[in-house]
This record gives sequence, structure tokens and C-alpha cells, in this order.
Amino acid sequence: MRHLRSFGLFWWNFIVGDDWRVAAGLAVGLVLTWYVTDRGTDAWWLLPIAVVLLLADSLWRATRSP
Amino acid sequence: MSTSTTLLFFGAFLASAVEMVEALTIVLGVGVVRGWRAPLIGVAAATVVLVGLVAVFGRALGHVPIEALRLVVGALLLAFGLQWLRKAILRSSGYKALHDEDEAFRLERDQAAGAAYEKKAGLDWYAFTVSFKGVLLEGLEVVFIVIAFGTAQGELAVAAVGAGAALVLVVAAGVLARGPLSRVPENRIKFTVGLLLTTFGCFWAAEGVGVEWPADELSLLGLLAFFAVVSFALVSALRQRRLAMPAVEADV
Repeated sequence: MRHLRSFGLFWWNFIVGDDWRVAAGLAVGLVLTWYVTDRGTDAWWLLPIAVVLLLADSLWRATRSP
Repeated sequence: MSTSTTLLFFGAFLASAVEMVEALTIVLGVGVVRGWRAPLIGVAAATVVLVGLVAVFGRALGHVPIEALRLVVGALLLAFGLQWLRKAILRSSGYKALHDEDEAFRLERDQAAGAAYEKKAGLDWYAFTVSFKGVLLEGLEVVFIVIAFGTAQGELAVAAVGAGAALVLVVAAGVLARGPLSRVPENRIKFTVGLLLTTFGCFWAAEGVGVEWPADELSLLGLLAFFAVVSFALVSALRQRRLAMPAVEADV
């Protein structure tokens, strides 16, 4: 059980890293992109905008004063 | 050579180079204190495992339908690339300390000097395991990038050659320098790799959910430029913020 937990923790840190909100935001951004594109609008612009907003938000939170 | 192939080659090359510089520091720190036989066998064993992972997973993922592969690989690459980019921006803006190869080398060397000598399978077990684990852990990120780049683009060989070329270059530079490669601009390279991973991840993940990019592959250059401009603006904004506020270490 301990090995399984360590294995899961390794991959969590490897992929998700320090800020889980970025990964969660990317998932939401991808679902939104799929939804809008599936409705007939090619939403190629949506994911890049989501990426920079998530990045800026994550950096802002990481560097704010305690 | 197409735009994506060129970017893919340099992405794999740079990612491998910067990770191998860190692995080299670990191996050198152990080798100068405890001799070279066990560390070099550790390096060879880790390299065999890493090449095996690329061969097995690269081939297996080659059978997955390309749309599904690009969605999953793109999303993972995007999350992974943003981590690299985020840390590189924090280092560039002064919120996170730069990686110091000389300090890492000293630390590794002192630990190697203080560790007990235990012989297993005819090897200095400490020297073998530290080198093996160091190369394996640093190399895993390279393996992930090579497999992701290679399978989503269908050019595993190009990515593998890029990573292999970096390995040869770093080892040759290490032999010539006879010390850690502390003058390699690691953060700039990590910044570039973060931008490339984020660009490819965004491109493939969006394609995976049905997006058709306006200029097809050439959109990669537009995306790269967009992310680069935003990242440099964020570095500039964070530097100003740091100067205007009491010094804090980033919460990372």
C-alpha cells in the first residue's frame, strides 16, 4: 500500500507539480474548447488564452506576500 | 525539415541537455571521491533502462489512434510544460534561487566522502546506486518528453536522436571540463524548453478536442511567440512587484 501511495505521489508531482489549480484549470479549458468547437465554432484561441491566464494567476498567488 | 520536426528536435535536445548537466554533476561528485568504476556502471545501467522505456512505451503508444493520443499526450505535456515555465519565470524574476551546479557538486562530493563503504555484486554499492538513481530520475523527464514528442508527432526517432545528441555533447563537455558544467545557462534553457513543451502541448491538446489551427503546423510558431511574449511580460511584472514589496521566497 505504501509503495502504491509513493508511486501515485511520484506521478502526481511529476505531472501536476506545485499548483494543482493549473492542472484543474487546463482540464476545464480543454472541456470548454471541445464544447465550443463541437457547437460549430473553431475555438483555437480559447486554450492559449486559458493557459496564459492560469499561468499568470498561479505566479501571482505564488509570489504574494504572506 | 518541417517546422514541427525542427522544434521537436530542439525541444528534445535542450530538455535532455539540461537534465544531463544535472545528472553529470551527481556522477562527478560521486566519481571523484569513490572512483569511477561503480558510478560508470550505474550510468550505463540507468541509460539501458531509459532507452528501454522509450522503446517499449514509444512502440506501444504508436498503436493508439492519433486523435486520442494527441489529446492525452498534449494535455499531459501542457501541464508538465507549464511547471517548467512557471519555475523558470520565478527564477528569472528573482523569486526562486537559480540552480547552482558548483554547490550541488560540493554537496554530492561531501556526502560521497562521508558514506560508508559497502561492497555488493563486486561494486561500491553507494557509488553505483547514487549514480544509477541520479541518471534515472533526471532521465525520466527526458524519456517523458521524447515519448510525448515522438508519438504525438509520429517522429520518435527524431526526438530520440535529439536527446541522444545532447547526452553525447554533455558527456564530452564534462570529460573536457573535468568538473560540473556550471557555466551552462540552465535557467534560460529550461525557460526555452518550458515554452516549447507548453506550445506543443497546447497545439496537440486542442487538436485532440477537435480544433483546426488556422495555419496548421505554422500555428506552432505563432503559439510559441505568444507564450514567449506573455512569459517575458510576466517576468518583467514580477520583477517590478518584487522591488516594490518586501522580499519573499515564492511558495513553490
